[in-house]
Amino acid sequence: MNTSPASSFLQKIIERRWLGKVFLLLVTLLAAWQLVSALQTNPLLFLQQIVNGLQLGFVYALIALGYTMVYGIVRLINFAHGDVFMIGAFVSFYSVTRFQAHLWPKALLPGLPDGVAIAIGAIIVIVISMISCALLAIIIERIAYKPLRNAPRISALITAIGVSFFLEYFAALQFVFTPNFITYKRPIEVVTWAISANGIVPLRGNAPPEGSILFSNIALIIILTSIALLLGLQFIVRQTRIGKAMRAVAYDKQTARLMGINADGIISTTFAIGAALAGAGGMLYAIAFSQIFFWMGILPGLKSFVAAVLGGIGSIPGAFVGALIMGQAEVLSAAYISTPLRDAIAFSILIIVLLVRPTGIFGEPEREKA
Amino acid sequence: MLNKFSKSTLWFLGSAFAVYLVLQILVSAGILSQFWNTIIRLGAVMAIVSIGLNLIYGFNGQFSLGQWGFYAIGAYAAADVTYRWDVNKSADGLVVLALATSLSGIAILWLHARLSKVRGLDPLSAFTLYLTSTILLSALAVQIGIAVTPVVTGALNLLPAAAAMQIVFILAVLFSAILAAEISYLFGLPILSLGSDYFGIATLGFTIIVKILLDNSDTLLGFVEMKGARGMVGIPKVTSLFWVFIFLVLVVALVRNLLRSSYGRAIISVREDEIAAKAMGIDIAEYKIMAFVIGSFLAGLAGGLYAHINGFLHPDTFNFIKSFDPMIIIVFGGLGSITGTVFASFAWALILEGVLRLWLPQGFETWRFVVYPLLLLVTMLLRPAGIFGNYEIPFLRQVLPKLRKNQPSEAEPVAEVRP
Repeated sequence: MNTSPASSFLQKIIERRWLGKVFLLLVTLLAAWQLVSALQTNPLLFLQQIVNGLQLGFVYALIALGYTMVYGIVRLINFAHGDVFMIGAFVSFYSVTRFQAHLWPKALLPGLPDGVAIAIGAIIVIVISMISCALLAIIIERIAYKPLRNAPRISALITAIGVSFFLEYFAALQFVFTPNFITYKRPIEVVTWAISANGIVPLRGNAPPEGSILFSNIALIIILTSIALLLGLQFIVRQTRIGKAMRAVAYDKQTARLMGINADGIISTTFAIGAALAGAGGMLYAIAFSQIFFWMGILPGLKSFVAAVLGGIGSIPGAFVGALIMGQAEVLSAAYISTPLRDAIAFSILIIVLLVRPTGIFGEPEREKA
Repeated sequence: MLNKFSKSTLWFLGSAFAVYLVLQILVSAGILSQFWNTIIRLGAVMAIVSIGLNLIYGFNGQFSLGQWGFYAIGAYAAADVTYRWDVNKSADGLVVLALATSLSGIAILWLHARLSKVRGLDPLSAFTLYLTSTILLSALAVQIGIAVTPVVTGALNLLPAAAAMQIVFILAVLFSAILAAEISYLFGLPILSLGSDYFGIATLGFTIIVKILLDNSDTLLGFVEMKGARGMVGIPKVTSLFWVFIFLVLVVALVRNLLRSSYGRAIISVREDEIAAKAMGIDIAEYKIMAFVIGSFLAGLAGGLYAHINGFLHPDTFNFIKSFDPMIIIVFGGLGSITGTVFASFAWALILEGVLRLWLPQGFETWRFVVYPLLLLVTMLLRPAGIFGNYEIPFLRQVLPKLRKNQPSEAEPVAEVRP
């Protein structure tokens, strides 16, 4: 190589990786410019979209946690998780319509004030769907994944896809959940508040006042429930013996076994906790969008999984942050760039983030594992 | 002449020809209905896609879910070309596709020869270079193509109509396969440096992006005849049993020869142990992208053939849910076994599309997809290594070259069929 100025300049470009950086910078600038111009033209609309994105993001976070926990502990992409989410939504639907579970507190204790009775009823419904999803996940894990614990990883993955297909198409049968869209009857009435400079006004069928953001109690419930469940999960993982055992098994299954930890039991528990969160997410999603059908688990499941990958799979805060980013990306690109392309944009963000940080935002570099 | 081929080769070619002949006679005599004819062709197309994926995942160890996206690209590109020829009576699609793929192919090869010598070039910068050059050249190809089209159309019109149709069809299939391969090169270049699961998710994202673009192909991409989410109709049905078998035999032979060559042994060594392969002096990135591009080429080829079976394409066919089908097929048939892949593809087509659809009683058609995952689960639980495991018919077996005497240190990286 001769050292003419031109070639040394080229060498510098190559060493500093400028071309790639410039490309990424251009893409980021384009997106940032879109967002800033949107914020300038109509800041209230932009804030409204952010609120909508939060609502979606928290639901994704609940599903993403199941993916990330299961992946962290058995290195399996549990494709059936999205369908567990679907089952959770349907269980809550049937517990509301068939068994009137949301009216139980009122029936048992007629003296309760209305607000408390509705709140307890909703909690009962959500707990029913969480428990049934957890049981379903334990059954799936025992039947389909446990026998393959020592088989090649791809066999377990294919089995997961098989379980996912089975749940979907079994749910679509006429005597199960039927292949139709079903309107979800909310156990809670929707109250929408208009938040503006003049204070918070509840909307009762009237048009929202000029210059306000709409915020419904559904969004509030979703955000509060999700935060409560996330804190609960964080407590379980960080503070309890089960959580300690989970982290030990995720770190090294063989050694954890040698230390007297029941690894299979811990793996089942992980599946159950993840599925319980997905069940809660299913109910919240159904409340928010009030329509359920047997394929509803696929896309939210996939996007939550992408959120988990985005945040760094195996990391709980990562899944949370990734889910919020996915929610915002989806809502904002639908609002400002192109509605049909919103999923494509969400996945492009995933690919770009992976190119910059190959193990996600909070991911640790991959360890060599025996 | 004949003794140039080994016995196993003759067996393979002879039996393939015999199977084709029997099927062709049965179809011509009307014993096999059009329904079964379609299913056999579908099985063969699926076999080509799955062999491509087996090359990527089974032999090279890259967990790719992007195969279906390249299949979609091949299908839509080829369908667009033949549609323009058949309906618009214009060869503009063919000319532009051929020019664009060959110009960008030349550019990619030219840049590849130069960039691979540059030390310390990161994949993202290389990707930027490739992307700009291919976009510029494709724009150029459109301009040249519009000027050249009348000449080519006139020349093709001199031929008898049926022959011209066949020529356009074969060229369309080949060039759309090349298009899929080039896109896979551009996409794979930055992505292949990711870890295996992350690579899988990125390729899954690619499949989904392709599907969404196809959903909006008439509005966003400007191909009005693709009709977006309504589905493309009016594609000439020219994929015959003959073409499908020719391509299947060619693909099997090509992959077999590739795997028997030193390139193939390098590809397999990357699967077995990347660090050991690197220590043997194998350029891992080079062989990963080679396997990925060849696999995607086969996906594009199969897509082109698929488009002309039913004469109808819908973006839902290329949904990411379906992208697990080739993955299921190769795991079912046995990873790293071409025999198993071909067998499983035909079994997949016959059982899922044929037998279950016909033999399930009235009102139980929806049970098809309930039975299918159960079959899958049972097979996975009983035989986690797939039906065929690592069995190959003699023609396809790996033959390691003999070590030269007195030079034991020059051993090739030992490529075993399965660990």
